[in-house]
Amino acid sequence: MNTDDMLNVSMILLEYLPNTLKLFFFTLLFSIPLGVVVTWLKRCRFKPVSWLTNLYILIMRGTPLMLQIVAVYYAIPMIVKGAKDTAAANGTEISGFMQFLDECMHSANYMFVMLIIAFSLNYAAYFAEIFRGGLESIPKGQYEAASMLGMTKPQTFFRIIMPQVIKRVIPATSNEVIVLVKDTSLATVIAYAEIMLKAKQMMNTYSSIVPLFIAGLFYFVLNSIVTLVFIHIEKHYNYYQ
Amino acid sequence: MAILEVKNLSKSFDHLMVLKDISFNVEKGQVVSVIGPSGSGKSTLLRCVNQLEKADGGEIDVCGMKMLRTGDDGKVVYSPKKTLREIRLKIGLVFQNFNLFPHKSVLQNIIEAPVHVLKKSKQEAIDEAKILLEKMGLTGKEKAYPCQLSGGQQQRVSIARALALKPEILFFDEPTSALDPELTGEILKVIKELAEEKMTMVIVTHEMEFARDVSNHIIFMDGGFIVEEGDPAEIFVNTQNERTKQFLKRYKGM
Repeated sequence: MNTDDMLNVSMILLEYLPNTLKLFFFTLLFSIPLGVVVTWLKRCRFKPVSWLTNLYILIMRGTPLMLQIVAVYYAIPMIVKGAKDTAAANGTEISGFMQFLDECMHSANYMFVMLIIAFSLNYAAYFAEIFRGGLESIPKGQYEAASMLGMTKPQTFFRIIMPQVIKRVIPATSNEVIVLVKDTSLATVIAYAEIMLKAKQMMNTYSSIVPLFIAGLFYFVLNSIVTLVFIHIEKHYNYYQ
Repeated sequence: MAILEVKNLSKSFDHLMVLKDISFNVEKGQVVSVIGPSGSGKSTLLRCVNQLEKADGGEIDVCGMKMLRTGDDGKVVYSPKKTLREIRLKIGLVFQNFNLFPHKSVLQNIIEAPVHVLKKSKQEAIDEAKILLEKMGLTGKEKAYPCQLSGGQQQRVSIARALALKPEILFFDEPTSALDPELTGEILKVIKELAEEKMTMVIVTHEMEFARDVSNHIIFMDGGFIVEEGDPAEIFVNTQNERTKQFLKRYKGM
């Protein structure tokens, strides 16, 4: 590959960078709040809820994300197909709900929405465990001091506990976010048009692995920015030990 | 007037009885020191009175308000939440390891409860906090964070934090146990000053000399019982109780 080719490859990858970024930001947007909810459910005193949450975390962390993406992506088409087959065999129409699902899976955003669902469910499980670790690392004395001062439970949580948890979970969270940048490349498994998919295609076009290296450079730059952002956030919380 | 009345208090962890039939009163302006070997139930007693542990039986009254009673079925009945909350605000507790809020500055630690619990104006809370800090010899440390202070300074902040709620009675749970001897002195000095102002206090401590000097009543506990109580001279000089004698002998100079 000559310099012009490399420049050409870079320009094409740059064109698909927004798709990678979209996946990254939307996953963060949903998985962090969902992770908070999962942490909360896991600590629920009603045992069945806590068990189900544990099962969910076990599955999400225990199976490959790539497989989860495929499963989420093909779940609706398979259900709809099953309904259609049954309907055809019985000579009837599929139900309104199945028609709705059928329409959904043919809509333009279907692939992206399914990706966000799969990524968010997966990352929420990891974030939940990070948040739980942070929450459990706060000494009991903090709760006792707050209660001796007459603070209510919500006051104790929002004014005393949560600010300290945030500081403690930043390093582990930054790790997870860095992994997410790279994991967006798993979306190639269902042919989502992001930079890794395009790099692979151009690898074939040019019969060269250089496009892959250029894609690697993109991820490297993205993660350098993520790292800088987290260094900044950590500094912001450095005013106390 | 009795600020604190404890009658027949009992408490066990699993099947281990740690408090057995504890009864004592604390009058207004009294300074009571609770002494005794480790594991004798001193801290548990403090924690039960401060609602940090649930008692199994007995009665506790604070400032004439019922905190708990034992029902006819032998089960403990705590007063409604509203009363418990009122009681809580009459009581201050200084912890062994301070338990300051590390993410808040000295000033923020002190005004937290006055502003958010008592709903005072921020300016009023700050003005009062500054007076307390001056009293604790911490003027100029308002903006410091707990991690920037020595153990002795941190403990003085936590005393100021407890005093900011203007409690009727102040409890100390081994306030100097986490401090080296030099820093211990500064805390004891502060407690002495509070005693001179007739602050009602209950102090769990291993500082025998200090207990003798500062308190007007001593409770000696062992094995979950109150073995002996009385005024300092009685306990430290003239005790007839063998267990008390044996315990005090280990502290040289007593």
